[in-house]
Amino acid sequence: MGDRVMGDGVIGDEGGGAVRAPLLSVRDLKTYFFQDDGMVKAVDGASFDVFAGKTLGIVGESGCGKSVTARSIMRIVDRPGRIVGGRILLRSAKGTGSNEIDLAQLNADGAQMRAINGGEIGLIFQEPMTSFSPVHTVGNQIVEAIRLHRAMGKQAARDRAIELLRLVGVPRPEGRVDEYAHQLSGGLRQRAMIAMALAADPKLLIADEPTTALDVTTQSQILNLLVDLQERNGMAIVLITHDLGVIAEMADDVVVMYLGRVVEEGPVDDIFHAPKHPYTRALLRSIPSVDSPPRRKLPTISGSIPHPYNRPPGCPFHTRCPDVMPGLCNVVEPPLVPVALGQMAACFLYPEVRAATAAPEPAAGGGRTPAPLLPTAVGRR
Amino acid sequence: MLSYLIRRILLALFTCWAISVLAFVIIQLPPGDFVDAYISNLSASGSGISLDQAQQLRAEYALDEPIWVQYARWMRLILRGDLGMAMEWQRPVTEVIGDRLWLTMVVSIAAVVLTWLVALPIGIYSAVRPYSPLDYLFTLLGFLGLAVPSFLLGLLVLYFGFVYFNANIGGLFSPQYADAPWTGAKLLDLLRHLPVPAVILGIASMAQAIRIMRANLLDELRKPYVVTARAKGLSEWRAIWKYPVRVALNPFASTIGYTLPYVVSGSIIVSLVLGLPTVGPLLLRSLIAQDMFLAGAIVLLLGIMTVIGTLLSDLLLMWIDPRIRVDD
Repeated sequence: MGDRVMGDGVIGDEGGGAVRAPLLSVRDLKTYFFQDDGMVKAVDGASFDVFAGKTLGIVGESGCGKSVTARSIMRIVDRPGRIVGGRILLRSAKGTGSNEIDLAQLNADGAQMRAINGGEIGLIFQEPMTSFSPVHTVGNQIVEAIRLHRAMGKQAARDRAIELLRLVGVPRPEGRVDEYAHQLSGGLRQRAMIAMALAADPKLLIADEPTTALDVTTQSQILNLLVDLQERNGMAIVLITHDLGVIAEMADDVVVMYLGRVVEEGPVDDIFHAPKHPYTRALLRSIPSVDSPPRRKLPTISGSIPHPYNRPPGCPFHTRCPDVMPGLCNVVEPPLVPVALGQMAACFLYPEVRAATAAPEPAAGGGRTPAPLLPTAVGRR
Repeated sequence: MLSYLIRRILLALFTCWAISVLAFVIIQLPPGDFVDAYISNLSASGSGISLDQAQQLRAEYALDEPIWVQYARWMRLILRGDLGMAMEWQRPVTEVIGDRLWLTMVVSIAAVVLTWLVALPIGIYSAVRPYSPLDYLFTLLGFLGLAVPSFLLGLLVLYFGFVYFNANIGGLFSPQYADAPWTGAKLLDLLRHLPVPAVILGIASMAQAIRIMRANLLDELRKPYVVTARAKGLSEWRAIWKYPVRVALNPFASTIGYTLPYVVSGSIIVSLVLGLPTVGPLLLRSLIAQDMFLAGAIVLLLGIMTVIGTLLSDLLLMWIDPRIRVDD
């Protein structure tokens, strides 16, 4: 990895004292799947920051690498997937100064990583039906999570499990704790899942499509619960979803991913009101609005996501982009650079991006290196 | 739960009765009866009996009565706990089966335990590291184990054991213990003879169990609850062991229904080849001799074992898998 350029200091130094160091910084993360019939670059150079008490939304179509990003952070990518490059810096609140660990360098099954999973980072995800073991009680699984990270007796852990279930709004938790997942409704199951993720008070909660399988009413209840919990314990949330409505409601900052790459990144208001990347614009256009005239076809993004084995050269979006510039977009891959205050995009429509490509680094290979991130914390809601 | 149990037991009793009818009818199906087989057997060895004697024999076993009368007589005996006389042996069936039944159970349980002890860890490894060199090796060996008939394997083992080690591997006892009363030394002798038949009897089901475990576990490993367990901070193997393996074992509980009768009958051909004093060869001989009390008793026993085994495995499944518990 030749991208030592963007030292860890960059984030904290820039913008003066107003900016706190992010809890989690992902830099140029690359997770590839090595399969018999080819290599899939599921995540190919993703960079973003997550701040304590804030919610980062990661949005993109299916297969854009959102979930693999989440699993890379927790080092639970399934074989034959592997992190091949980049850094995942987790800053521990313990002690002063930059007490940070590069998760990408840890042994995925080692004691340190296991202490972080469940301890510092909690995960909830899409399938509330199957994310609990069908043959163990919900309580058994929550107690296990507690006792992995806390020196607690069985009874104390069970009491805490009941408390957690109460905290996430499960009615009659003393009884529910001994039930099996199939005895709970989808919403209750997702609440129990959140209780389990909170077992050891993690500082970061990764929510991978937490509401996709739920009906709309339950969905908003779960989202409200997440907001409440965040206000209560100040944890950071990484919210992964393809639902822009959820992003608008929940996120402070947004990362837009396409084919394993971050194409745009910035504060939520800017992303929604002044989207820079053509892909982000296309996504926003495809949201149905109550104001749109009736019997009008919803705009869609033309074409479909290229097969991961046949990634187009240059900008991954150029095959579907309305603003494609032949000879540039299909040749050179645009780096992610600041194009407005607090907002970054990887698109040659912006002179900043063209300038970054023409810079000393040769366009073909070195263009991949993303420039230092602008602290997006400025001017957030 | 209780009413479910009662319903199942009543149904099991009915099934046993149906099996007894079927067993009796099927054994009577081939033309002729025990006396015919007996006579042809005698004439093959050059002697014979008169028609009078034959008639007398038939009368003794009531073979000249209509089939339902014979069945009723048989049932009356069985309900009194008497399995009748083994005609060919001229001894009570219970006595003929007696020791053999226990030895069959010992051999077969050894085979089943060995099968699971070997197959489950291999199946788990193969699923967790699919398409690894070792997985391919186990797959190859497994298919060989499935494809090679176990009696052939038995013959090979006997042959090589005899030629290269000058050891007589067949049977369950050394000659001096075969008819000796049970002592510690005889038990030790049995334990020394046990591994070879256990391996040969177990090898096919071992290969099968590896494939089943591998397939089950591969399915379970993809389930999100494995990710949940890992995200909690469980180590990879502990997560695999506690969750997907536990779920993938469930189908094995349902195979117990078929394992029990297998435990009783053993494998007939392998037992013949290895000279095992088990029930299997006895069943074959009694069928050839049309010894209906002996054959009937064994077939009925196998049927009852299947019924009991199925009931047990259903109850076991309900116990280990909360999803299929019935509420009433």
